[in-house]
Amino acid sequence: MSNSPAAIIDEQARADLEQIEIGLLTEGIYKHYGFDFRDYSLPSLRRRIWKRVYAEGLSTVSGLIEKVLHDPQSMERLLLDLSINTTAMFRDPTFYLSFRQKIVPLLRTYPFVRIWHAGCSTGEEVYSMAILLQEEGLYDRCRIYATDINEAVLQKAKSGIFPLSTMQENTSNYITAGGTGTFSDYYTARYDYAIFRPSLRENVVFAQHNLVTDASFNHFNVIFCRNVLIYFNNALQDRVQQLFLQSMEMFGILGLGKKESIKFTTVADDYETVDAEERLYRRVR
Amino acid sequence: MGARARRDSNGGTGSSELPPGIRSWTDGRVLKEAARDYQLVAIGCSMGGMAALQTIFQTLPKDFPLPITVVQHRYRTSNEGLPQFLRRHSKLNVVDTTDKEWIKPGTVYLAPANYHLLVERGELSLSVDEAVAYSRPSIDVMFESAADAYGSGVIGVVLTGANSDGARGAERIKKRGGFVVAQDPATAESPAMPQAAIDATRVDRILPLERIGPFLVELCRGSEFHG
Repeated sequence: MSNSPAAIIDEQARADLEQIEIGLLTEGIYKHYGFDFRDYSLPSLRRRIWKRVYAEGLSTVSGLIEKVLHDPQSMERLLLDLSINTTAMFRDPTFYLSFRQKIVPLLRTYPFVRIWHAGCSTGEEVYSMAILLQEEGLYDRCRIYATDINEAVLQKAKSGIFPLSTMQENTSNYITAGGTGTFSDYYTARYDYAIFRPSLRENVVFAQHNLVTDASFNHFNVIFCRNVLIYFNNALQDRVQQLFLQSMEMFGILGLGKKESIKFTTVADDYETVDAEERLYRRVR
Repeated sequence: MGARARRDSNGGTGSSELPPGIRSWTDGRVLKEAARDYQLVAIGCSMGGMAALQTIFQTLPKDFPLPITVVQHRYRTSNEGLPQFLRRHSKLNVVDTTDKEWIKPGTVYLAPANYHLLVERGELSLSVDEAVAYSRPSIDVMFESAADAYGSGVIGVVLTGANSDGARGAERIKKRGGFVVAQDPATAESPAMPQAAIDATRVDRILPLERIGPFLVELCRGSEFHG
């Protein structure tokens, strides 16, 4: 494990080359497949790419370029690595508690509520919101559009089947989130899985949508995009925030992840803060 | 705990193997390294870390010239408790990091509960990728990204902890020419973590806890943060 000056210079050269390779990979994927990862935040992107490099039995990013451009199935696998965001039901329970206390009363005044859950991944938080809205008696006049870039995770989300092993965490989140019922009433345990009530997805539309390359497709009263923008660089975050603004009704609600902020984006002045800690904002212009 | 730890701990390396400019592993005096321009201090700790961080931060002056990033393993729903605690014991500005926050000198950036903290040039990113070695935040993830962003400008500090998180990251920091300090395992509430770093790479210093803060002040004297 030599860390001599010469070895450190070699290491720097290797890192510079890696950056070139990552640029070539994302450019190639964009031109050939149309998925645009060019403005993803570099450190996470780098980790995820290397995970795939090793999983494919390769040793360089250049090797992965050849592989994914000539083998669509390996592209599918890379796409999963680059786009799956791990989540849990009622992730950050206090967010849901705040939504229940501060946003639900506003929504009660609307005859019909359109909700866009952008980047819904495997759907845990979509089912969470459906449960919350059912308990508040609002679900029947809501329609939730749950979108993700990745078709494979959408299939999972549609199924409403989640590992039973996660139910302990989910139940404790549900309670902290102000759940008014009994969490186990919402699913049936079968072998190692929890199968959620089909009624929870009655008013949910699952659809593929790419935040980076697709346009606005409706106007919404509520938009959730939680822990998705953290994977984007500043320029791309701005673009996606503009897309949300175009898709947002006046006085519509934006809900971000616990550690995401609109403070650093160009839409900061278009929203007022409803709950700073829970990242709930309301469009005011 | 620490079952894998080798017997040659506490700087038992033969002096002939020491790199140029370093007289001994436990020598607290700063030699040539202080002439270097460091950019970032990254601190990792786990079990026993609260008290260790308190000890270090009490000794850092308000005008400490560099930013400091910290991963302390914490429960996934913990909130403002840790930043509040550290604010009480530090003259520095302590924040629970928000995504894409700009890095400023004299500020302590904590990895939020249930997120990885990643360092980019000039700013910080978060991720909810899987836990690494059962940890999110992971010290390895922070160290590795810091080494990628700031190369030889990184000072990594591995403190008390009952696992081996941070060892791989410390290795990466050393590979990129950075500086690594490990808490002397004998002074750690849980010795496994600093020991794992010592076993994984040739750390620059092994120091008792109370000397780490003053050492960092000394080491960073003359460094200026460029962003």
